[in-house]
Amino acid sequence: MTFSPQLEARFEKLLTSYPPGRQRSAMIPMLMYAQDELGCVSDELIDEVARRIGVTPLQVNEVLTYYSMLHRKPLGKYHVQVCTNISCLLYDGDKLYEHACKKLGITHKEVTADGQFSIEEVECMGACSWAPAIQINYDFHHYVTPEKLDQLLDGLRKKQ
Amino acid sequence: MADLVNLTIDGRAVQVPPQTLVIDAAKTVGIEIPAFCYYEGLSLQAACRMCLVEVEKMPKMMTACTLPVAEGMIVRTETEQVKQARKYTLEFLLTNHPLDCPVCDKGGECELQDMVFRYGAGESRYTEEKVHTPEKQFSPVVFFDAPRCILCFRCVRICNEGMGVNALGVINRGVVSEIAPNVGDHLECDECGACIDICPVGALTSGTYRYQTRPWEMTHVGTICTHCGDGCKTTLGTRNDEIIRGNNRDRSGINGEFLCIKGRYAFDFYNHPERLQAPMVRVNGKLEEVSWAQALEVVARKFDATVSANGSFGVIGSNHTSNEENFYLQKFAREVLKTNNIDHHRTGDVVTLLDAMSGTKSQLATVADLYDRKAVLVLGADLALEHPLLSYQIRANYRHHQAHVYAITPGEVREDKYTVASIRVGGGPASKKGDLGVIPGKEVGATTSGPGSHPVGGPGVVPNAEAGAHFDPVNGPGKATGSPTGFVVPANVKSITGNYFDALESLRDQLKAEPELVILFDDSIKGADVRALVEFAESLGIPVKFICLVDYANSRGAVDMGLTPELFPGYKPTGASGMHVSEMTGSDLDVLWVVGANPLKGAVKRKAGFLVVQDMFLTETAQQADVVLPAASAYEKSGTVTNTTGEVQQLTRAVNTMGAKPDLEIMGFIAREMGVAGQLGPWVANVVFEEIRKNVRGYSLPMPVIATGGAAQSMPVNGRIAVDDLSALVHSDHNGLFASGTLGRYSKVLNSVLESHLSR
Ligand code: SF4
Ligand code: SF4
Ligand code: SF4
Ligand code: FES
Ligand code: FES
Repeated sequence: MTFSPQLEARFEKLLTSYPPGRQRSAMIPMLMYAQDELGCVSDELIDEVARRIGVTPLQVNEVLTYYSMLHRKPLGKYHVQVCTNISCLLYDGDKLYEHACKKLGITHKEVTADGQFSIEEVECMGACSWAPAIQINYDFHHYVTPEKLDQLLDGLRKKQ
Repeated sequence: MADLVNLTIDGRAVQVPPQTLVIDAAKTVGIEIPAFCYYEGLSLQAACRMCLVEVEKMPKMMTACTLPVAEGMIVRTETEQVKQARKYTLEFLLTNHPLDCPVCDKGGECELQDMVFRYGAGESRYTEEKVHTPEKQFSPVVFFDAPRCILCFRCVRICNEGMGVNALGVINRGVVSEIAPNVGDHLECDECGACIDICPVGALTSGTYRYQTRPWEMTHVGTICTHCGDGCKTTLGTRNDEIIRGNNRDRSGINGEFLCIKGRYAFDFYNHPERLQAPMVRVNGKLEEVSWAQALEVVARKFDATVSANGSFGVIGSNHTSNEENFYLQKFAREVLKTNNIDHHRTGDVVTLLDAMSGTKSQLATVADLYDRKAVLVLGADLALEHPLLSYQIRANYRHHQAHVYAITPGEVREDKYTVASIRVGGGPASKKGDLGVIPGKEVGATTSGPGSHPVGGPGVVPNAEAGAHFDPVNGPGKATGSPTGFVVPANVKSITGNYFDALESLRDQLKAEPELVILFDDSIKGADVRALVEFAESLGIPVKFICLVDYANSRGAVDMGLTPELFPGYKPTGASGMHVSEMTGSDLDVLWVVGANPLKGAVKRKAGFLVVQDMFLTETAQQADVVLPAASAYEKSGTVTNTTGEVQQLTRAVNTMGAKPDLEIMGFIAREMGVAGQLGPWVANVVFEEIRKNVRGYSLPMPVIATGGAAQSMPVNGRIAVDDLSALVHSDHNGLFASGTLGRYSKVLNSVLESHLSR
């Protein structure tokens, strides 16, 4: 499997960042970066990462299915993650999530027909102090209200 | 005992070596700490929290399965807090676990059931709906029922660590975590069933046993697996004269709890629809069923007539029949039929090894040695496929004692993952069978050896006599071009670089530095090569033990009991000549008597005037017979067998198959019919074994050990064995995990698993 030169360079760096024999430690970052480039984690990618770090594809799958930020199916261009864990819940995170679903016309782990947005209900993201919090791709947004969410999504929609 | 650690468990003083885990320390004074995920011999997991105990000065309860003892430690295992913790843990484990023990396969021998009975709460506070997922079939052998799984990781660890297969994993997280197979929705693995046996609950069940019986309805019979030469003890669960399952949960026997697919499941040939249940005699060119009396009479009269007419006999024995049967057969042949034409299919050059070892310091290894000794050298065989138990022992030795393992094999082997050095010889898998190409030898300088007079590249190598002709020191045997070296060296071994010879030479230096060594070799090393190997071992200056690999359950016993023209039982040379298997099948003997073998397989036409066959099935040989006598399998008789390491163990009859008789009985009846029974003695297994113990060199074994289901190693090394080199007759079948010679064809399980159809 071939990747972009930038990704290859990243992989190379990762594989030498750990002591000899511990290359499997590079699994999560490799999957994350590759997912960014490919859109999701494919079977082919699982095999490739397994081969490069010397584990079985099943072992990659174990890790992959454990972590919610790794995806087997392509996401929207903008992946909207709404926290409904305790702190955010206390600040109406659940209502925010419902609002987002209604607005985009999709629910948990679904993608809009135009492929622009996907949504996911997530557990605590460590942003409790600024609850309710959401994350779009790698960017955090704090103290989010339904209005603020609308603005954000509309803004992104225009950007395309 | 200065270096023992003192601690107190439940008020009792305990003394154990440092590093002992609290759970094991408690066991030494008879205190049981309940546990699910802790499993002796496997890595620690600390997944189940069942083993929580209170330890003074520690702020919270500790998992006894991961806590090493410390001087002065005070542990309490029966406080109110501990009891509560156990209740809660069990309540938690049961939240999604179905409470339908009456229809669960594990009911009656389930660890969760037992724990709840002893430590659990009477009722659950959990009233929500349980998460349910349907059962999955991973393979014909392995079924998985996720809701019953308590996520102890035992199956994952036994497969990764014990089997070295890595076929199981845990996917997802939290309440939806489940066990997953290695290839999409199914398993491609050894199909050994170890994961099923080790599962404390009914989450993993076997395709053959599930829903067949309740465990308490079975009778458990410990006997010896009749497939490969490793000699695992298998405990057969029987009911109403049917074998329902095989396992070895009590860890008795040389194999502990290990069994491969053949020992655990491939007993199923015994009730194959084609199993012979009545004697047959050829009438007008067709085999017709007759009574035992008629068949025996036909055989006896023919034998009588041939003896009195001074006619020629040939006798071919088996790799599966018991020592008693083999002994009786050769006695019958030599004393009654007056023939020395007696042989069997030889699968390893035991004779040359024993001869070469006489007068040296080398010894024979046991199965236990593979677990205990510091270093192991594997020559030729792909152990994981051909000798699963031996491979398992070496893996465990590496895991537990960091044994140094070396492998010189034609293809990649499972041992490569942890060898100090792996050397590829023989030009890859194509020449896998019987052509190792080189063996490590002692210093030979720049001499030549073997046909073809090849220049030998330096000290440390004796080219294999047979392979010498096409041996190329740079490219490897049989390869004109190709990769520059033809052998692989793991990256972590710096000292082995360059070509074959350097590799082998450096290997020799490494071996010299080992404190001790066990060498295993298969039929790629025979005759003169075996002698070179023993000399090589002697030259190392360290204690070396040998295992000559042989194929089947009693391949070793067949040689020991004199099923060859050149040797009486106990390796006493006969000094007389006689025909070998292929000579017998190829010549027009008056009578050929085949007991439990299939020498005419592969469309060999029978030449003998009269052919008598004792077998379980209508094999190619039996199809051409004049008389076919239905024989009992190893699971239907008593007696002893000798495994590849020379360890003698007892067979115990588990079931009967209507119409079939043990070969010993059949031979006894023929003798009686001929009026020679007095001369041959009673055809009762333990009487014959007594005779063997008294008369056969190396077999004066301690009866109590054998009678109680143990293994005793026969030690026939005692002086030279003056016979010609007949190693050319040695030829292993190299059965993989899913093959077992002719017998394997009749096992449903072996033929049903996907892997038996992949090229392995
Ligand atoms: S059957 Fe044996 S090899 Fe297959 S998954 Fe289970 S333990 Fe592993
Ligand atoms: S399937 Fe059985 S052995 Fe495997 S984790 Fe679940 S309970 Fe443990
Ligand atoms: S076939 Fe060999 S390794 Fe497998 S259970 Fe039988 S004796 Fe053991
Ligand atoms: S609960 Fe939402 S970020 Fe922590
Ligand atoms: S036995 Fe200690 S945590 Fe499972």
